[in-house]
Amino acid sequence: MDTNNMHPVMKWVEYRLPVFSFLDHSLGTQYPTPKNLNYWWNFGSLLGLVLVIMIASGISLAMHYTAHIDFAFNSVERIMRDVNYGWLIRYIHMNGGSMFFIAVYIHIFRGLYFGSYQAPREILWMIGIFILLAMMATAFMGYVLPWGQMSFWGATVITNLFSAIPVVGDSIVTLLWGGFSVDNPTLNRFFALHYLFPFVIVGLVVLHIWALHIHGSNNPTGIDVKNKEQDTVGFHPYFSVKDLFGMGVFLMFFMFFVFFAPNFFGEVDNYIPADPMVTPTHIVPEWYFLPYYAILRAFTGDFLVYQVVSLGGLLMDAKLAGVLAMFASILLLLFMPWLDGAKVRSCRFRPIMAMAFWVFFLDCLVLGYIGGKPAEGIYVTIGQFTTFYYFFHLLVLVPLISRLERPKPLPESINASVLKAAE
Amino acid sequence: MNIIKTSVAVLTLVGAVFTPQETLASGDTPHAPKQEWSFNGLFGTFDQAAAQRGFQVYQEVCASCHGLNLLSYRHLSGIGFNEAEIKAIAATVEVQDGPDSEGEMFDRPGIPADRFVSPYPNPQAAASSNGGKAPPDLSLMTKARLGGSNYVYGLLTGYADAPIEFELPEDGNYNKYYPGHVIAMAAPLDDESVEYTDGTKPTLAQHAKDVTTFLAWAAEPEMEERKRMGIKVLLFLLVLTGMLYAVKRKVWEDLH
Amino acid sequence: MSDTATPEQSAEVDDKSKRDFLFISTAAVGAVGTAFAAWPFIDQMNPAADTLALSTTEVDLKPIEEGQSITVVWRGKPVFIRHRTAKEIEDSENVKTADLIDPEADADRVQKPEWLVMVGICTHLGCIPKGNKPGEKKGDFGGWFCPCHGSHYDVSGRIRKGPAPKNLPVPSYSFLSDTNIKIG
Repeated sequence: MDTNNMHPVMKWVEYRLPVFSFLDHSLGTQYPTPKNLNYWWNFGSLLGLVLVIMIASGISLAMHYTAHIDFAFNSVERIMRDVNYGWLIRYIHMNGGSMFFIAVYIHIFRGLYFGSYQAPREILWMIGIFILLAMMATAFMGYVLPWGQMSFWGATVITNLFSAIPVVGDSIVTLLWGGFSVDNPTLNRFFALHYLFPFVIVGLVVLHIWALHIHGSNNPTGIDVKNKEQDTVGFHPYFSVKDLFGMGVFLMFFMFFVFFAPNFFGEVDNYIPADPMVTPTHIVPEWYFLPYYAILRAFTGDFLVYQVVSLGGLLMDAKLAGVLAMFASILLLLFMPWLDGAKVRSCRFRPIMAMAFWVFFLDCLVLGYIGGKPAEGIYVTIGQFTTFYYFFHLLVLVPLISRLERPKPLPESINASVLKAAE
Repeated sequence: MNIIKTSVAVLTLVGAVFTPQETLASGDTPHAPKQEWSFNGLFGTFDQAAAQRGFQVYQEVCASCHGLNLLSYRHLSGIGFNEAEIKAIAATVEVQDGPDSEGEMFDRPGIPADRFVSPYPNPQAAASSNGGKAPPDLSLMTKARLGGSNYVYGLLTGYADAPIEFELPEDGNYNKYYPGHVIAMAAPLDDESVEYTDGTKPTLAQHAKDVTTFLAWAAEPEMEERKRMGIKVLLFLLVLTGMLYAVKRKVWEDLH
Repeated sequence: MSDTATPEQSAEVDDKSKRDFLFISTAAVGAVGTAFAAWPFIDQMNPAADTLALSTTEVDLKPIEEGQSITVVWRGKPVFIRHRTAKEIEDSENVKTADLIDPEADADRVQKPEWLVMVGICTHLGCIPKGNKPGEKKGDFGGWFCPCHGSHYDVSGRIRKGPAPKNLPVPSYSFLSDTNIKIG
C-alpha cells in the first residue's frame, strides 16, 4: 500500500500499527483472489455476516433473559411482548441459527464438490470441521434456553447420549447435568457456555481465515494459480462488492422468515413450558441435526452394519454404536484430504466422482427426512440403508473412485478457463 | 448463471424429499380444515371487533378454567380497548398483593399493569379440580399446537357423537380434531353461549371464530407490527441489493 | 488540436461520473440501512413496556398526620411525603430565596402547601438523607440531613448548608382527589 498518499492521521496510525496495510493485504486490493470464483464462494463471507448478527442479537437477548427454570420461559415471552423490538431480536436470533446451518452446509458441500480440502488446504478444512462442531454445540445449548418442552426433552436426550460410554458414562451425564436430571444447574451452565462458545467460534474463524490466506482460495477449476497477474484479481473491489451483493440476496431470504414465517423452522412444542413429567409424543431435534439423529437411530440390534462392526454384538451394544457412528459421521470428514487420493481437485473434471457427490448429497437429504420421522416401519429400513451408504461413500467410494478415475483434461490456467467460458 | 441452475435443481431435490411430510404424526386424527382468517397472509391484520368479541368469550367462558398468564390487562390496547376500558376491565378482578407494613397479604382491585389473574392459584390446584390434568394456559395456544388457529377453531367446533365402533372412556368427550379424539374438556361453546353487545349473531361458529382471533392475537401481539416492518425491510433490501448488483456489474465490467 | 474534448473522452468522463454516482448512492443507502438496523439493538436497552407500566405510584395521604413524614417507593427510588404543620409552612415561606444555594420559593415546590412531595435522594452523591422518621437527626434547618457528606436541607427540601448543589427534586405528581396523589 502506498503510504505517501494517505491522510496524515491514517499515516500516523499506520506507522505505529499498520492496520491499513494489514486490511489491504487480507481483504483489500493486495489479496489476490482467483477471478473465476462462482457464487458458491459467497458463503464464507455470508457465514461471517451471520456470526456477527448472531452475536449482536444474542448479547441483546442476554440482557433480558433469566437463566432459571422458573423464569426462563416467561423471560423469553417478556422479550417477545414487552422489550422494545424484543420480538424482532429474538426472531432474528432464532432464525439466524437456521440460516447459519443453511449457509454452513452449502459451504461444506461446495468444499466437497470442488475439492477445497485437498493439499495444501487440509488444515483450513479441518478447522472448518471444528467450527461446525462448535456451532452444533452452541446451537444445541441455545435451543435449551427458552425452556420449552423441546428444550427440555432435547437436552435430556442429547445429554443421555453420553451414558452410552462404557463404565464412566453415567458419571459423565451426572456431571453434565449438575444433578440427577436436566434441571436448574443444567440450564444455568448451558447459558454460560452458550454465551462463551460463539467467541470460541470467532477464534476458530480467525484461524480459518489465516489458514485460507496462506494459499488463497481454491476455485471452481481446482487448479493452482500459475500467473498472479492473469489468474487473480484483488479481493477489493471485485470480491468485496460481489460478497456485498450476495449478502443483500441472503438477507432478503433471512428477513423473509424473520418477518413472515418466524416459526417455520421451529417446533410448536417449544411454546409449551418444559414439563419434566410429560414427554411430547413426537420429539425431534432442530432440522439441522436430523441427519445425525437418523444415523443415531439406525443402530438397532438387528442392523447388519452394527452386527459387523461390533462382531455380532460382542464389542459394544447398539446404543454405543449409534452414538459413535453419529460422532464419526462428522469426524470422518476430518480425513477427507486423505480419503480422497485424486491429483485433481474439482469434480468438474471428475465426472464419476461428481455423480457420487450428488448421490451422497441426496443421501444426506434422505437422512434428514428420516430423522424427522417416527422410528417405525419402512423409515427404519430406509434410515439404515442411507446410514450405511453415508459411510460407504466416505470410506469406500471416495478412496476408490478418486484413485481409479481418469480425470478429464484440465484447462491450462484459470485465465484460460475464464476465456474459454466467455466464448 | 450456474448457481441458479444448480440451486433450482437442489431445491427441487429438497422439495421432493420433504413434501410428503403431510402424513399424520399422531394416529388417524385428521387435520382441522383451513379457515379464512383476517390475520392470514403478508398483509393480514387482526379483526379488532372479532378479537374484542373473542375477549368477551374468553372472559365469560374460557377464563373459568384457563389462564392467560403471559398477558397483562394493559396489553388489551392491542385489540383496540382504550385506557378507561382497560382500567375498568382490570378493576373487576381481585389481585393478591403484599405483604403490607404488617406483613399481611391483602387483596386489591386489579390495575392495567397486572397480569391476567389465573383461575387457579397453582398448577396442582388446577389439576386436582379437573380430574388430574390442569387446563393449559391459553397465552400461546395458537403457536403451541400444530395447525395453529385452524386447530383451535377445529377443536372448538369439532365436538361430535363418537362413532359407534369408537370406545369412548367414561370421563372423555369425542372431538374430531383432538389427537386421539378423546378430550377431557366438555364442549365449551354452543350457540348463544355469550350475548354479544354489537348485535353479531351468537352462533357456535361465530364464538369459535372470535375467540380464536383473540387467542391468535394473544399469542402473537407483535404480528401486525412485524408484517408492516417486514414489508418495509424487504422493499429496502430489494432496492439496496439491486444497487449492489449494479455496482458489482460496473466493477467487473473493466475486467472483461 | 481543439480545446474541447473528443467525443470519446467526454463519454469516458460521463461514464466515470455515472459510476461515482452509483457507488456513492449505494454506499449511502447501505449506511442508512445499517443505521436503521442498529436502532432496535440499542432501543432494547430502554425501559420495556412492563417497566413503563409500573412507572406511576398512587399514594393515599389520609393516614399521614400533621407533622409526620412517610417514604414511598417510586421507580425504585424513595419519595418523601411530608404533611407539614402551619409553622413549618410559614417558616419555609419566610426564607429569603436570594440567600439560598439553589434559589427557589417554597410555593414553587408544592402544589398544596401542607403536602411536600420530593425524591429523597441527596443531590450531592445519591445517599438518602435522614430526618424522615421521628428521632432521626434533621439537620440545622429542621428538615433533612444527609449523613454521607453533611448536607442540610430545610422543611421545603432546599439545600441550606453542605456540599449538595441542588434542592431535593420534586417529581411530577398530581392530586387525584384531596387525599390521593399519583406520582409519575
